[in-house]
Amino acid sequence: MGINGIVKGLGITLKHFIETYWVDIKYKGKRYGTESGIEDRKSFDTKGIFTVQYPEEKIKVPEAFRYIPFLVYDEGELGEKEIRCTSCGICAKVCPPQCIWITRSVNPETGKPVPKPAKFFIDVDICMNCGLCAEFCPFEAIRMDHDYEIANIDRFAHHIYDLDKLLKPASYYAEIRPTQFKEEEDARKEKEAKKAAARAAKQT
Amino acid sequence: MEEKVLVSDLPALDSLYPEKVILDTRSGYGGFIVQREFLLELFKDIHDVWGYDMLSSITGVDYFPEMMEVVYHFYRSLGGGALVLKVQVPRDDAVVPSIFSIYNGAEFQEREAWDLLGIKFDGHPDLRRILMWEGFAGHPLRKDWKEAYYEEDTKPFSSRWPEGVAEHAEKKNLFKANVKYPDNFDPDKWIASGEEALYLGLQKSKNDQDMETESIVINLGPQHPSTHGVFRMAALIEGEAIIDLKPAFGYLHRNHEKIGERNTFLQNMPFTDRLDYISSMSNNFGYALAVEKLMGVKPPERAEYIRVIMAELTRIVSHFISTGFLLNDLGAFFTPALYALKERELILDVFEAVSGSRMMCNYFRFGGVVRDLPAGIHETIKNLAFERLPGKVDELDQLLTGNEIVRSRCIGIGVLTAEQAINLSATGPILRASGVPYDIRRADPYSIYDRFDFDIPVLYHGDIYDRYLIRIEEMRQSIRIIQQAITQIPEGPVFEGKPQYQVKVPAGEAYGRVEAPKGELGFYVVSNGQANPWRYHVRAPSFINLTSLRQMCLNYKVADVVAILGSIDIVLGEVDR
Amino acid sequence: MQSEKINKPDINIPPELQSQVAVTTLDRIYNWSRASSLWPMMFGLACCAIEMIITAASRVDFSRFGMEVMRPSPRQADVMIVSGTVTKKMVPQIVRLFNQMGEPKYVVAMGACASGGGPFKEGYNVVSGIDKFLPVDVYIPGCPPTPQALLHGLLVLQKKIEKEKLTDAEWYKKDFHEEIPIPILGPDLLDPRKFHLFKKELETTTEEFLIESDAKGEEA
Repeated sequence: MGINGIVKGLGITLKHFIETYWVDIKYKGKRYGTESGIEDRKSFDTKGIFTVQYPEEKIKVPEAFRYIPFLVYDEGELGEKEIRCTSCGICAKVCPPQCIWITRSVNPETGKPVPKPAKFFIDVDICMNCGLCAEFCPFEAIRMDHDYEIANIDRFAHHIYDLDKLLKPASYYAEIRPTQFKEEEDARKEKEAKKAAARAAKQT
Repeated sequence: MEEKVLVSDLPALDSLYPEKVILDTRSGYGGFIVQREFLLELFKDIHDVWGYDMLSSITGVDYFPEMMEVVYHFYRSLGGGALVLKVQVPRDDAVVPSIFSIYNGAEFQEREAWDLLGIKFDGHPDLRRILMWEGFAGHPLRKDWKEAYYEEDTKPFSSRWPEGVAEHAEKKNLFKANVKYPDNFDPDKWIASGEEALYLGLQKSKNDQDMETESIVINLGPQHPSTHGVFRMAALIEGEAIIDLKPAFGYLHRNHEKIGERNTFLQNMPFTDRLDYISSMSNNFGYALAVEKLMGVKPPERAEYIRVIMAELTRIVSHFISTGFLLNDLGAFFTPALYALKERELILDVFEAVSGSRMMCNYFRFGGVVRDLPAGIHETIKNLAFERLPGKVDELDQLLTGNEIVRSRCIGIGVLTAEQAINLSATGPILRASGVPYDIRRADPYSIYDRFDFDIPVLYHGDIYDRYLIRIEEMRQSIRIIQQAITQIPEGPVFEGKPQYQVKVPAGEAYGRVEAPKGELGFYVVSNGQANPWRYHVRAPSFINLTSLRQMCLNYKVADVVAILGSIDIVLGEVDR
Repeated sequence: MQSEKINKPDINIPPELQSQVAVTTLDRIYNWSRASSLWPMMFGLACCAIEMIITAASRVDFSRFGMEVMRPSPRQADVMIVSGTVTKKMVPQIVRLFNQMGEPKYVVAMGACASGGGPFKEGYNVVSGIDKFLPVDVYIPGCPPTPQALLHGLLVLQKKIEKEKLTDAEWYKKDFHEEIPIPILGPDLLDPRKFHLFKKELETTTEEFLIESDAKGEEA
């Protein structure tokens, strides 16, 4: 039994070892803790040390990334929360593990349903982060969050999210998903412009 | 001349065996219905005369309340379409003859049908429960069997909307846990019986030597670093040699099929991700194909290309992992695996950007994919396929292939001959390492694989080393496919029609299969026209490949078992489902 | 940097000595050393186990926190990362492994399945949350949690350990004995701690039984 194969293999590991120093020297100490350094470690021709030193450095998640869902609200002029959800129930129906519970609001005087959720729950111990709720929501009201740092020490107190915990402003949504948000806003504006044009045409 | 006969079209069994075999004429169904008494005789002919030597899948369907149906799918190892045969039996007398004597690959599948559906297979050598434990009450996939957290027959549950208030399902259960017992059950009188049956099933060697030897049963797993999860084997050893070996399953049995029958068609898509959780895109692919067959839709061009690119990237990921962890099992603890996982991370970054999740992609839909490639990803895939991956596969090849320790641990170990591999229903790299050039992408092409120029690697020793080499070579071929696909990909829509959360699926049955990284991944779906599948069965490659584990391990050493298991490349999410 | 963690904040050390001297309490140094060398058990169940391996691999690399020594033997492990769906068939083994771990020991429920059953909660072979049997210290939601999310969870565990007090440490007490009875596989999973409920159930009707146990607020 020879040792040629083993020596060859060790040569490859040695190459990897030397590369770590070589790349660090090339970057002159700017490889760690900088945006461009993290970008380099994600790029297709990355060499050398591959580790992203969480929590000091974080890998930026892509826009499509999905974790737990959240509900979007628009901020009104007076700072009130205008919840986009109309409690149509599509997300609750499409949810594969059935972890969404919605109580529809009812007008106390007439007894008729109002298009607003009175209660909204998501059990994150059941949620499988599949994103179907966000995909099929017709009102752009439920979206998938990017926040993954949600570990805690008590599940019974924290893990059924209610409206308070689920609601996040549209500005946050715009921040984590800029492209998608812009597309939806443009589509909405276009629709409104069309409506306004139709109305104007009617009046004249 | 003879070969021509063998690859001819489907034999007209109904006219060849009148009165014993009839055509299945239900709308949306295909294949033949066989009389129970005639089954064994016919299957011998199927195997010997008609050349259907590969048993793909056996499963049962509970047509509550009328009857129980056992469904067999056969293929020829030379390629071509399926031969579907069915046997119908009454529910209270669900007994069919076992075909183990003709097709050894039936062993675990028949046990599974017994465990989950309560179909008895007469003549099976070891008909025990396989996924649940011996003594479990009931056969869960029967339509009249209800689980402890039972709410309704089908989703969506009406308690979620419009008056839904979240509560833990435990609250409603008698014992505050996911359990239910037969009436008047008394735990003090319970005697557990499962393990003895497993150990008694191990066959002692016929001692024809003069020497007095003693055989010992050892258990590997379920908690063992070499078993890739929670897999367990009971091995009978004499000295260091394996005399008999039986795998024990079910430690990760997550009731995929029962949940799948409650789900709507679309809701099953994210669940398929969790089958073989290393290659979720391939699982999506197989399920989408099966349902698309039923619905009669075809995805647009661009979506087909995206699907192929994703499926091949998945194959590379899976083979990287499998190679890395095979070396882990051989004792090269972590360096090869680290190199492999590094490349996997770069591919997972693509998946994450495309689908939103690293592992659980949930990217395919019936009639396309969820969304188009985001900006910049086209370039990334191109760079990976042309610049990064070819070099890295070569590097892994150079690092390991010539290594003397790897060679001496792998060459000539765990041998499976071509006949054995076919008879034991092995698929994927295992089958091809045994000298059978069978790859569904060629043998029974699906999607747009017929457009690409690639080779099916075949090797002939059938040992661990050949399986490893096949995987390395398949990665190269996958890179070739990606290179072609990413340059040819046309512009256009990625979804046919309007995305809907309740798809209309006509009544009928469909079997969609793809060449997943581990082997043939098949989905058998029966629809009755409702929103939920009536039956949803997964033909999991790593589960059925394990049928040949015993054959591969016989007479080798205990340490080899670990390497052989590594070379089969199992993923427990798929084995136990 | 390390001395910052050990040093008691209200004690001033002259600047010239700061890198050499630290004044600390026994609790602090004890917790600091334990939290910085958490050895997880090499034990994977399902999908989450792959992400756990990735956390150990080069991209995230939790050896930066002294966690790289993953041991397959429970005797040498400090923390059990329950990474994946806990099935009824597997839970006796998990409880046995936990019993074999040496004190002080911690349990991290990684992912939705280990926390509360996850998407497979309704399944007939699934235990809805490992906390039905083991005392869980940290829950990490996600399906599966990304490697960074797992690492965040482990950092939460480190913080929890840093707050513990030697005087409260139960495992040094004289008659400390924590052995969890191992579940039995009967017609369904049998929890020996609940055997008395069977007797009660046999005596009363189902409705009475449910109301009674609700009134007591009996937590599973």
